[in-house]
Amino acid sequence: MLLIPCPWCGPRDEAEFGYGGQAHVAYPADPGALTDEEWARYLFFRDNPKGPFAERWHHAAGCRRWFTVTRDTVTHEIHPPAFAADGGSR
Amino acid sequence: MTTTTGRDRLWDSPEPEGSYDVVIVGGGGHGIATAYYLAKNHGITNVAVLEKGWLAGGNMARNTTIIRSNYLWDESAGIYEHALKLWEGLEDDLGYDVQFSQRGVLNLAHSLQDVREGVRRVNANRLNGVDAEWLDPGQVTEVCPIVDVRQDARHPVLGATYQPRAGIAKHDRVAWGYARAASAMGVHFIEHCEVTGIETSGGRVQAVQTTRGRIAAGRVAMSAAGHSSVVAGMAGLRLPVQSHPLQALVSELLEPVHPTVVMSNAVHVYVSQAHKGELVMGAGIDAYNSYRQRGAFHIIERQMAAVLELFPIFSRAHVLRTWGGVVDVTPDASPIVGLTPVGGLYVNCGWGTGGFKATPGVGWCYAHTIAGDAPHPLNAPFTLERFTTGALVDEHGAAAVAH
Ligand SMILES: Cc1cc2nc3c(=O)[nH]c(=O)nc-3n(C[C@H](O)[C@H](O)[C@H](O)COP(=O)(O)OP(=O)(O)OC[C@H]3O[C@@H](n4cnc5c(N)ncnc54)[C@H](O)[C@@H]3O)c2cc1C
Ligand SMILES: [Zn+2]
Repeated sequence: MLLIPCPWCGPRDEAEFGYGGQAHVAYPADPGALTDEEWARYLFFRDNPKGPFAERWHHAAGCRRWFTVTRDTVTHEIHPPAFAADGGSR
Repeated sequence: MTTTTGRDRLWDSPEPEGSYDVVIVGGGGHGIATAYYLAKNHGITNVAVLEKGWLAGGNMARNTTIIRSNYLWDESAGIYEHALKLWEGLEDDLGYDVQFSQRGVLNLAHSLQDVREGVRRVNANRLNGVDAEWLDPGQVTEVCPIVDVRQDARHPVLGATYQPRAGIAKHDRVAWGYARAASAMGVHFIEHCEVTGIETSGGRVQAVQTTRGRIAAGRVAMSAAGHSSVVAGMAGLRLPVQSHPLQALVSELLEPVHPTVVMSNAVHVYVSQAHKGELVMGAGIDAYNSYRQRGAFHIIERQMAAVLELFPIFSRAHVLRTWGGVVDVTPDASPIVGLTPVGGLYVNCGWGTGGFKATPGVGWCYAHTIAGDAPHPLNAPFTLERFTTGALVDEHGAAAVAH
């Protein structure tokens, strides 16, 4: 089981969290302007690296907030979230 | 084949040659079966299967061997039923015992929604010529007496779909049987040979770079399962797949007690009993992306909790061994088999948690695709383009947790 560092609650068992997949996937600014190809890329295509991966977690059984960590998909080593002044980017 | 040491080997392990007509990347069940059908159905024998580890040591060695074809949509019924028909003749075709056993599969319904979904799927299966029955709880116990169908149970059994022609096989023997037959027709199986690059020029594939040197190739067929994104990335292709751990486990060897295969999507568990006697069980994927062939223990724990509710008789059994594989999951729980934007480069991936059962079918269709540079009608719906056109084949109901 992973020990996941919630920026607000500290390290907690993986079982308390929900997974949100790749981080920093922004909703398209003008969805109607996208081609089918671009819309498909937004909807269905995500990075799948073997190595460091910036991903979203949701502390569902804790503070219920979302945050981003970088986890290595081979070693499972987690680099804790950066404490940005802007809470939204945690 | 007899080597200089006098030991019989199932396949030759030659040194790689400088060039092949077809190079298959990944020596799992799919890659091996594809090589076999390239040789057998299309007369293409100048083929190398390149495997970074040992042959069939990936998901082919790790799956729980459930074989069935009771998927919902016509497209899926087509390819999975083709595979099941090939399974039914496989031992004769290969001249090799793969311990294929048609002991049937039950998919349990625990809620009214499960019942509706199950009955709908039975009807869809029948329309596609796939054997399927809807069983009430009493009939479920006739097929599998050890399932707890008491209505006050934690997971009450309201009924089940039943496919009598479904079953299991011995995964290793399937790989060995195909490799043996393909090797006899001249296919090269090259182990400990990792593909590290794919060379293209003028929009066409030219060669692969490997840890055992450069190998030129007329055509390159990717079949790397959990590593599909990594391999496709070498040719600059992005795939709509995510790699996840998928775990399974076995008990110690027990007397025959479980006559069929039981699956339950609602509680994320499935159970069969292998020929040797161990109970074979599996769950759903671990939630996060990973290339590590292991998952978390709480997944196993939850799965065992559900199993004990469904099969109280297992309460004294012990978990002997747990393991994991890396499976490539698509957004619609259906595979991708076909052409790519690069000439001479083909993709077979996205079988996720359920590609063992498809081994003969995908080998057959993928070989056809490679030989004729055009999809076989049975894999034509499973293109990469469907994620752009929107023609998804949504099998989450029949495939997401199920195997
Ligand atoms: C625990 C578990 C249970 C499962 N249960 C079932 C089930 O009950 N029924 C079912 O139908 N399916 C099941 N599956 C899914 C099934 O195992 C897979 O869908 C199927 O095996 C994938 O095809 P394959 O056999 O070719 O994959 P693999 O055996 O994984 O073959 C891919 C090969 O590619 C090789 N490779 C990767 N990268 C490179 C490279 N760069 N160069 C060279 N070689 C490379 C790998 O080493 C590997 O051997 C299960 C999977 C797991 C993990
Ligand atoms: Zn928290």
